[in-house]
Amino acid sequence: MKRRKVDIKALPGVVAGAADDRYKVAGPIRGILNKVFPDHWSFLLGEIALFSFIILLLTGTFLTLFFDPSMSEVIYDGAYVPLRGQAMSRAYETSLDISFEVRGGLIVRQIHHWSALLFMAAIVVHMCRIFFTGAFRKPRELNWIIGLSLFWLGFTEGFAGYSLPDDALSGTGLRIASAILLSIPVIGTWLVQALFGGEFPGDIILDRLYILHVLLVPGILLVLITIHVGLVFIQKHTQWAGPGRTNANVVGERFVPRYTIKQAGFFMLVFAVVAFMGGLFQINPIWLFGPYRAAVVSSGSQPDWYVMFLDGSTRLMPSWELRIGDYTLPALFWPTVVLPGILTILPMIYPFIEARMNKDKSRHNLLQRPRDNPQRTALGMMAISFYLVLAISGGNDIIADKFHISLNAMTWAGRVACLVVPPLAYYLTHRICLGLQQHDREVLVHGVETGIIKRLPSGAFVEVHQPLAPVDEHGHPAELDYVGWTVPKKMNRLGALAPALKGFFKPLEVPPRPQLPPAPPTPPTEREKIDA
Amino acid sequence: MSHNDSTPHGAGTDGGGAVDLSDRSLTTEQILKEGLRRDDIEIVHYESQYPVPGTKAERRMERIVAFMFLVSGVAALAFVGIFIWGPFKPEYTFGADKYDWYTPLLGLTSGISLLAIGLGILTYGKKLLPHEIVIQQRHDGGSAPEDRTIAGGTLGFIGSELGVQRRPLIKATLGLGGLGLGLAAAAVPIGMLIKDPHPSADNPADPYFETGFNKDRFNDGNPVRLTREDKSPIKPEEVSVGGQLTAYPGIPGGTTNEFADSPVLLIHLRDEDAATLRSNLWRYSKNAMTDSNDPNSGSMWNSFVAYSKICTHAGCPASLYEQQTNRLLCPCHQSQFLITDNAKPVFGPATRRLPMLPITVDAEGYFVAERDFGVAVGPAFWERPTQ
Repeated sequence: MKRRKVDIKALPGVVAGAADDRYKVAGPIRGILNKVFPDHWSFLLGEIALFSFIILLLTGTFLTLFFDPSMSEVIYDGAYVPLRGQAMSRAYETSLDISFEVRGGLIVRQIHHWSALLFMAAIVVHMCRIFFTGAFRKPRELNWIIGLSLFWLGFTEGFAGYSLPDDALSGTGLRIASAILLSIPVIGTWLVQALFGGEFPGDIILDRLYILHVLLVPGILLVLITIHVGLVFIQKHTQWAGPGRTNANVVGERFVPRYTIKQAGFFMLVFAVVAFMGGLFQINPIWLFGPYRAAVVSSGSQPDWYVMFLDGSTRLMPSWELRIGDYTLPALFWPTVVLPGILTILPMIYPFIEARMNKDKSRHNLLQRPRDNPQRTALGMMAISFYLVLAISGGNDIIADKFHISLNAMTWAGRVACLVVPPLAYYLTHRICLGLQQHDREVLVHGVETGIIKRLPSGAFVEVHQPLAPVDEHGHPAELDYVGWTVPKKMNRLGALAPALKGFFKPLEVPPRPQLPPAPPTPPTEREKIDA
Repeated sequence: MSHNDSTPHGAGTDGGGAVDLSDRSLTTEQILKEGLRRDDIEIVHYESQYPVPGTKAERRMERIVAFMFLVSGVAALAFVGIFIWGPFKPEYTFGADKYDWYTPLLGLTSGISLLAIGLGILTYGKKLLPHEIVIQQRHDGGSAPEDRTIAGGTLGFIGSELGVQRRPLIKATLGLGGLGLGLAAAAVPIGMLIKDPHPSADNPADPYFETGFNKDRFNDGNPVRLTREDKSPIKPEEVSVGGQLTAYPGIPGGTTNEFADSPVLLIHLRDEDAATLRSNLWRYSKNAMTDSNDPNSGSMWNSFVAYSKICTHAGCPASLYEQQTNRLLCPCHQSQFLITDNAKPVFGPATRRLPMLPITVDAEGYFVAERDFGVAVGPAFWERPTQ
């Protein structure tokens, strides 16, 4: 017997026991370890947003240590020679210092910006996945609404961050934001005075945006993201239909170890992508734009991508200014206040509208394939096409310049397209969904096309189909019901063909010899007929 | 859990199969399965990817994972080395600046390190851990009716216990008090932030209707000079025909963002364009040349005209001057203004003309603003009077 005061091997057990004595966690921990998560690539889109948010918090905290949002004027005397001697705000100066004088500051700033863009992109794509698969249906309506709020919070957070460096682009963005606030009827001027502490730009807006950007909005984001993920945890993730999967169970893998390991690896991959981008791809080179000056702007002033659809709507809006008595209702109000309002409220109430239209009060834990709900899918494509027309119009000056198109023609094309393309997208999507549905049923009834053409004795050609169900004595397959999951439509999906060979440039394995069916013996009767 | 075993494990929902947990001979696998059973989870498929341990294929996969972890460590070390000893400040020497490589190399090394460890972890999870298919019953759809009854009854009892319904005086005063406190809570942030945008007796500033060219407020009643960004005044002969110049009010701080609404574009029109503009001004307001109350009265000086640079749409500087077509283009939303037609918006979302600054030349021959703009500059707002 060894005489040891502390038995290292027993230590984890002792510590765990001591913790459980105090917190009684053994039961809940078992539940968490054993919890089952379904697996599908499309369930990882939200994770990209979550992971970029974590990266944003990490890099953002680092940036606050070097950034000063002060708007007081200084004369630059830093490492970036072309701007030396220029009057600028302290905010712009410290942003330049982060880029040129803090060790590794530039890559952290660029990682921060790229992850912000990725955060918003992941939110949008994730939102599309939720919408098109019907994952927002009862019992998950609240989480859909939280998700939409997260988009707008991320939008605000991104815009505040974009404004902080006080370069020419961010100042122009703020100027437009102040004009948007001004355009709100009755309270416009009061709002601007309240936010800017006076007339634009005043001397306090950056300090206010700073606290908004580093404390208030991230705090709300953090709380809402926690609730968002917590609700997924409590309500259990939705899953695709498929063998063994019902509305009442979850088929997948245990939370620990496989699911956790995949998440950890995936986090590293997301971080790797933004690290590559932050190091190799330049983003927002503020030193090229110069400090913000009210009289200076350059052509090709585009906001970050997630703001572009509102920039586009502003560009496309006709010059319709309403005059009400002695008062003015600016044209800017419609594309920048009313439109985003509609774009927020409509999707928020959509789950309830759809449930009401379908008189649907049941719970849905199985996802729908987009084709199985043509109206919803068509509506979604309509929204996406509208969004795309606006987003493209947000860069219509660049397109006009690069492709030598008249700028006015681009604007008119956008105006027409944002009215014509969405209904067209609705119609086409609806037809495509119906067509896909029909084809699924066709394959279920008749089987998979084999590509084998058979000539009948009569001389006619028919294609041989491989039935999916067992056949009766006449060779007719039993009818299969559609169960909301992929119908195999190719022979290799049925295992009838050899799988693709492994190897990137050259095959790593010897291809198996194709197994040809033995040639059927020619019936002697036919031969006799030919002889005769 | 034994390897290479694809038969269903776990007892599922049938309630049977409970094991005696006090039995010391239980394996961890048996204990895990008991936990799964209690959470209503069933393992329907569990299969090692390498049924025979230590095969060539398994060792190869282990080596791949180990290699990835190693690459990650090496790349991370390279990152640290570059981070510490690399040239992180630009040098501005002739030829190649080593600084140009600093950030890309950091991105490359950190990216490789993160990519390798990520792929290593994923390969480990996907290629070395056993495959499993596990089914958990959801048990969702609200609480048991009994629980609902109990919760509702408890709340009902608490309600009657509090007895606010029975005490109308308390109910009314509580409502009143709560309302007052709510108002107070709202009043603090609103009261702190609110600021009257309109001029008053003790604050004569009128942010939406005056600019730095207001001679009474900023220049003791003397006309404000137009200056360049370096604060030097401008003489007519310094602007070539067809040329244009951004001008600021010649007052202290006039070129800073404090006077963000003030910058104007001073344009020296060709004579024929100036004549067109003059004739158009007449068309816009019949009294432009005689009525001093008209916004455009006496605005032009010979062939020179000064328009506000602040777009009437969203406030960007409408500063792209197309000399050939005499148009000003705002690069933010592509509103176009026709200079020879009183800066009328001819395309895009802008509705109103760019206001004209009445200019003349003072005794020393420099451009001055006779008075402030006649109308509000920049984007529209509710209180903006129609005209």
